[in-house]
Amino acid sequence: MTNAWTDIKNTDLVVVMGGNAAEAHPCGFKWVTEAKAHRGARLIVVDPRYTRTASVADFYAPIRQGTDIAFLLGLIRWCMENDKVQWEYTKAFTNASYIVKDGFGYQDGLFTGYDEEKRDYDRSSWDYVIGEDGYAVTDPTLQHPRCVWNLLKQHVNFYTPEMVERICGTPKEKFLKVAQMIGECSSPTRTMTSMYALGWTQHSHGAQNIRAMAMLQLILGNIGVRGGGMNALRGHSNIQGLTDLGLMSHLLTGYLNMPTEQEADFETYMKSRQFKPLRPGQTSYWQNYRKFMVSFQKAMWGDAATAENDWAYDYLSKLDVPAYDVLRMFELMNAGRVNGYICQGFNPVLAFPNRGKITAGLSKLKFLVTMDPLETETARFWENHGEFNDVDTRAIQTEVFQLPTTCFAEEEGSLTNSGRWLQWHWAGGSPPGEAQHDTWIMAQIFLRMRELYRKEGGAFPDPILNLSWEYHDPNEPEPEELAKEINGRALRDLTDPSDPAKVLVPAGKQVVNFSQLRDDGSTMCGCWIYSGCFNEAGNNMARRDNHDPDETGAYLGWTFAWPLNRRTLYNRASADLQGRPWDPSRKLLEWDGTKWTGYDVPDIAPNAKPGEVGPFIMNQEGVSRLFSRGMMRDGPFPAHMEPFESPVPNVLNPKMRGNPVARIFESDVAQFGTSEEFPYAATSYRLTEHFHYWTKHNRVNASLQPEFFVEISEELAAEKGITLGGWVRVWSKRGSVKAKAVVTKRIRPLRCDGKVVHVIGIPLHWGFVGAAKKGFGPNSLSPFVGEANIETPGYKAFLVNIEPSTPPAGVVA
Amino acid sequence: MNDSPRTAVSNPPTQSMISNLGPGDLVRRSATESLPPPERQLTPVAKLIDVSKCIGCKACQSACVEWNDTTPAIGENVGVYTNPHDLTENMFTLMRFTEWVNPETDSLEWLIRKDGCMHCADPGCLKACPAPGAIVQYTNGIVDFIHENCIGCGYCVKGCPFNIPRISKADHRSYKCTLCSDRVAVGQGPACAKACPTQAIVFGTKEDMKAHAAGRIEDLKSRGYSNAGLYDPPGVGGTHVMYVLHHADKPHIYAGLPDDPRISPIVQTWKGLTKYVGLAAMGLLAAGSVVHGLFARPNRVAPEDEAHAEQLVESPPGGSRETA
Repeated sequence: MTNAWTDIKNTDLVVVMGGNAAEAHPCGFKWVTEAKAHRGARLIVVDPRYTRTASVADFYAPIRQGTDIAFLLGLIRWCMENDKVQWEYTKAFTNASYIVKDGFGYQDGLFTGYDEEKRDYDRSSWDYVIGEDGYAVTDPTLQHPRCVWNLLKQHVNFYTPEMVERICGTPKEKFLKVAQMIGECSSPTRTMTSMYALGWTQHSHGAQNIRAMAMLQLILGNIGVRGGGMNALRGHSNIQGLTDLGLMSHLLTGYLNMPTEQEADFETYMKSRQFKPLRPGQTSYWQNYRKFMVSFQKAMWGDAATAENDWAYDYLSKLDVPAYDVLRMFELMNAGRVNGYICQGFNPVLAFPNRGKITAGLSKLKFLVTMDPLETETARFWENHGEFNDVDTRAIQTEVFQLPTTCFAEEEGSLTNSGRWLQWHWAGGSPPGEAQHDTWIMAQIFLRMRELYRKEGGAFPDPILNLSWEYHDPNEPEPEELAKEINGRALRDLTDPSDPAKVLVPAGKQVVNFSQLRDDGSTMCGCWIYSGCFNEAGNNMARRDNHDPDETGAYLGWTFAWPLNRRTLYNRASADLQGRPWDPSRKLLEWDGTKWTGYDVPDIAPNAKPGEVGPFIMNQEGVSRLFSRGMMRDGPFPAHMEPFESPVPNVLNPKMRGNPVARIFESDVAQFGTSEEFPYAATSYRLTEHFHYWTKHNRVNASLQPEFFVEISEELAAEKGITLGGWVRVWSKRGSVKAKAVVTKRIRPLRCDGKVVHVIGIPLHWGFVGAAKKGFGPNSLSPFVGEANIETPGYKAFLVNIEPSTPPAGVVA
Repeated sequence: MNDSPRTAVSNPPTQSMISNLGPGDLVRRSATESLPPPERQLTPVAKLIDVSKCIGCKACQSACVEWNDTTPAIGENVGVYTNPHDLTENMFTLMRFTEWVNPETDSLEWLIRKDGCMHCADPGCLKACPAPGAIVQYTNGIVDFIHENCIGCGYCVKGCPFNIPRISKADHRSYKCTLCSDRVAVGQGPACAKACPTQAIVFGTKEDMKAHAAGRIEDLKSRGYSNAGLYDPPGVGGTHVMYVLHHADKPHIYAGLPDDPRISPIVQTWKGLTKYVGLAAMGLLAAGSVVHGLFARPNRVAPEDEAHAEQLVESPPGGSRETA
């Protein structure tokens, strides 16, 4: 989230698209009801299904899954055409005026530089014209034909309301009603918030879905303001923490990058990370990258990381591929190239796509270790459960070790919520049975491995032998110790650069925050963006002061938000070029003549003069990007792409399938279905009654939603002879499931490109262990393809067929 | 402490408390003619369910199960979101989902109503009940079932204009929402209201709830729901569970909520029969009879009694109920 859950009460218009906040985030959704009840805010829902969020919306518009970009670019076009643009904001705070290289273009659904063989773009033309002074060339009048604004206008021109209807199946008048409601928020005194979740991310073009809405929010002037923003509703209480701490193969902590093979030494690695400002006087905060990186290396390897050995840069793995994401790991497992798998807090048999391939991969392992507080299907993948898990147990030789862990309520630590708040919590109970904290288990594995390396040596034992492990009890690092390490501390006396006699932070003391980190090895910090969470003032994550001066929703004394306890990112953009709030009644910050003051921690140097320093300090330009240069693999502008399995061809280029740069493994090509064979458009989702695959273990949740079902329209039910509550079989090119049929008016057939498209909804909470009735999940059916930039598997748009059926064997009809 | 809680969102005090709902707070007691007048008048309470704010999350159902420690069965899916499929002796409240196409706008509306005891000011269940003290009404408006006095005859089911009470097959006693009388007695609001994430369920004095409803109705009217209104049906003397409805002109679209609920005239006739049923049951007990199955079989209204009663009244009972 750019903003916080509590800030949503400040909005005038909530747009829930690519998510289902009321069902999947019911507690956070209370802030929507606050905005509706106390500000008279309106709620729009755009979704293939009429959801429980739609049931409390002021307006609902249907859309075919996977076509959000066409809808959003249609909105941008409509706003441009109808002068629903916050002009002052757009001109000053976006790159609308930047001139783009002549080589850049777009035709037949593809940007310049496409290489079909490599399934990749040469992105060199996707950039600004750089002047002789080394800065990007701009035309503040927006007259230049190659400025971003005019290129965007040209790019979105295709997405007329008629074209939106043709692609998305949204009736034109419903689209126009949404456009008109959203257009009103171009006023500096009206704001809209975007609430989205996996309905946008789990597509092969997921990042571009989000880009498209971010661009719309920028031209409406809704980023950095109260009640505005791009608000990703994270699906798990600490999934924000997972990404922040870099639990992905291509990331280190705090969004630092894992090096690649091409970056063999530290200087090469740093060469592409200089982040020189692209406009005069801009902050370009990533210029501090080296300080964060060196401090991270010192946190990892302490005294073994020295200036002489490039801060132990050699200790880091170097990626030979863009990422070892979950899809690649299971591909390698199937290819016999992964022998062991430690599965911590994950249930791949239900969570990863193409379950048949997942089970086949696990069956080839020598060993599987699962760490989970609950029984999982993954730990039991070898067990035959009739139709629900029809495996040949005798043929599976994988040795499975189940390590019971504690659940969140039995441990102390912090969870990072969607709004970037690090909220400390305390253990509410003791671990049951043999359960152990994950930290204890990881420590035991590490200590034993280190001992083996010490005894037996190895090709390169140094990163293991020298790993910093200075804990009070090496067998189980304490949560507070880890938190302090994440915050960072001075390793030597940190003196004032302008007065070397003045010690700012004595050796051994916690740094106040990341502004004190240095690149000379004198500081260590486990995760720079979290720095400030546990300094000499104490554990700031444990703060529980709920005062909120003037009821802005900021709650600065409640826990700690990264970065620097800032609650709304880009908040300097809440004020105009003179530093006056766009909406005086919703002031966040203002310039008092010498400094920024207000309700939030300024997202800019406190004395940075308005009109000189741009609000988007992480960008080299100081402004936000309507044109994202070469930073995304699939284009500097979002463009309509169909799902890999789509009921209709791409109107821009009928030969183009899915995202043209998404990675496809050779072994999966034959497993994509066509609309001839699989005529129906399926999507998957969560239900309020359950949380993923956990709550099926709980009798209360299980009684409230006991059994797996799929949802279809009354029209499709009539066509197929399917009855309410009857059994159906749903199958794709990859698998088959049996479910009860919920026949509903909440799903209606869409008309797309002259064709009737039936939508089938498949919720995801059932498996073969737990208290609820045995069932299946959508991952038995969904394709093995990830998002083009980040490899998030796509579960939201794929093709299936359906027919009435008998119950699974052993189940009484 | 106030005599009745003003909200459901406050946390309980850390010191133990004494229940303030005692025998002296009863205003009615089933099959009891000489009930002494109450010792005091507690401020009437009410639960307000704003259907327009409800997201159908079932947190209320879950909280109800947890607080009352009931064990609803893990059933099956029959093609709808309503689960369990009906109120049961283990499920005192139920989200009923209705898909309704508004004929005026041709738009779908998914109406989600939390069903459960309405705590009528004029309670049909209590009036129908032949077992002394099995159903009581407190001066704060709560209608409560005292299970040890219940004989499982099912008259309360027949007497309820909302079809709420359910007889347990295990212990043959009647169950329904208590409005968390055990919580209210110590200053806490009902568990469902406390759990509701959108505060679609709120709790306080009946007067405060009516004022709150007025604000909600104004908001709904500004959103085009010109018939938005409060459901506090006069036919049962008003209720201590009220609804804000977007379409208050047609309550029946909300899974058969009665448009004009009234106590069936049959109930008055039954009152004459109760002596017979009630005394017969007590007579058997008093005689120390070892009639096997007395405790295992409910003392249901016999079909012939019911037929007889129907003949005795002029008007037939209220219309059949529909659920979705």
